[in-house]
Amino acid sequence: MIRDITIGQFYPAKSRIHELDPRTKINGTFFFILSLFINQSLITYGLAFLALSAVIMATTIPVRFMLKGLKSIFIIIMLTIVLNLFLTPGTTVLLTLGRFTITSEGLQTAFYMGTRLIMLIIGSSVLTLTTSPITLTDGIEALLKPLERIKVPAHEIAMMMTIALRFIPILLEETDKIMKAQLARGADFESGGLIKKARSMVPLLVPLFISSFRRADDLALAMEARCYRGGEGRTRLKQLKYKKVDFWAYNILMLYLIIFVVLRFI
Amino acid sequence: MSITIENLNYTYSADTAFKMQALKQISLTIKPGEFIGLIGHTGSGKSTLIQQINGILKPDSGKVIIGDISIFDKGVDLRSIRQKVGLVFQYPEHQLFEMTVFKDVAFGPTNMKLQDDEINKRVKHALSIVGIEESLYESSPFDLSGGQKRRVAIAGVLAMMPEILILDEPTAGLDPQGRYEILDEIQNLHKSLGITVILVSHSMEDIARYVDRVVVMDKGEIKMDGLVKDIFKETEALEAMGLAVPQVSYLIQALNKHGFNLSEDIVTLEEAKEALITLLKRESE
Ligand SMILES: Nc1ncnc2c1ncn2[C@@H]1O[C@H](COP(=O)(O)OP(=O)(O)O)[C@@H](O)[C@H]1O
Ligand SMILES: [Mg+2]
Repeated sequence: MIRDITIGQFYPAKSRIHELDPRTKINGTFFFILSLFINQSLITYGLAFLALSAVIMATTIPVRFMLKGLKSIFIIIMLTIVLNLFLTPGTTVLLTLGRFTITSEGLQTAFYMGTRLIMLIIGSSVLTLTTSPITLTDGIEALLKPLERIKVPAHEIAMMMTIALRFIPILLEETDKIMKAQLARGADFESGGLIKKARSMVPLLVPLFISSFRRADDLALAMEARCYRGGEGRTRLKQLKYKKVDFWAYNILMLYLIIFVVLRFI
Repeated sequence: MSITIENLNYTYSADTAFKMQALKQISLTIKPGEFIGLIGHTGSGKSTLIQQINGILKPDSGKVIIGDISIFDKGVDLRSIRQKVGLVFQYPEHQLFEMTVFKDVAFGPTNMKLQDDEINKRVKHALSIVGIEESLYESSPFDLSGGQKRRVAIAGVLAMMPEILILDEPTAGLDPQGRYEILDEIQNLHKSLGITVILVSHSMEDIARYVDRVVVMDKGEIKMDGLVKDIFKETEALEAMGLAVPQVSYLIQALNKHGFNLSEDIVTLEEAKEALITLLKRESE
């Protein structure tokens, strides 16, 4: 049921992309997203689309699985497209539907916004699908490290993220279990209006909150029992090291960005 | 009510990398009023199987027939099935949510849209079955002890007056006394109302003590099905599946190896006691 949500989920496989250092992938994703904002044209979006497709091919993850992640935010995408389509002011009217008009500017904005959003989401899911949560936070911690000098608690942020990420599947599983248990007692989560639906969530949310607090408490105790005192002087089991693939990945990323910037100025 | 299961297959996360076939071609018939034990190693698919019986999980293929209703057919009201087939999940105390014990137990009957006085009657009856005193009716379920919470949660299912009662490891993590109390109550219910009971358990002692017929699962398949005394003779087969026979059976087998001649049908402590006393009396004469 609820476990089918794929955003933020790791898809274990053997591929060049999976092998990359998390820092490479985080930087890559960041600059890919940035590129979608710095230049908006058919050519650059085509290029971004090609680059993204190539990366997806390289991950060996079934495309169907990637697209499933889009399903859960389908409404947001549709809303973005529809609102932009009808509400963008413009001069060239293409179509009039009662009180609404579609202008060519609106059509253009809707198209760019829609594709940008879709590529943005797929781009970031490539990152999470190919990087295990633990490696991902290791990468974030390493990238935040320089900021420790200006008192950014890099280790603590990374630790909190690790724990939060670790808890997502547990909470989903727990939700699933409690939902089933209440269904067995004749609960109805589907029918009724908004208020009835909201009220039907009480038997689900109360046990969920209680178990989350219990888990958080247990975890804090267990960490203290093992003398956790924060990041200072803490060594790690797996050191992050750049490899040859990372070198090539950075080169490709540079090339991609240069093309983008050049296209912007011609 | 009878339960008929035909060629049931179920796969978790079917179209992902984490695909896992949890049930393979399960067929099983349970007659009305039977007390069935369901055993199997962790991960053998017991919990998955029982969730199909009240329609919480839908099989990939196969049928579940309760009484004369094939429950996954179009137009079947699963909510009324779930009321007839009461399912107590593992660690049911995690489902408690109401302000008071009474209200929590009333959740099931209220969902059945019963009259208020009928709800009251049922809640009181269910709570008395599991041995929760009236003084606790208005306390918060979260202030109770672990064992009491478990009882309240079980009462929550009993209050719907199911004709089939399925319990998934109802005694896991309870002390021995609490364990026997709960299971004795279930047994009484089975005897007095004639309801069908399916008990999932890891304790071979509990199975030997309460159950008539045992179904053994391994890796998503039913491997054995028979009377308690017959199943617990198959020590080696059970051990190969990561299970065991009751301690008493081991004792009887060891004694028989040393020249005693005790019946291998003996599976509970009581029976063993009787048999040994008779034997010793005869020897001393
Ligand atoms: N919600 C779930 N999602 C994916 N796999 C599951 C889920 N629940 C159980 N499984 C898997 O299905 C198999 C059977 O599990 P289960 O029915 O819980 O076994 P049992 O109750 O006998 O211990 C196990 O291998 C388990 O890992
Ligand atoms: Mg189980």
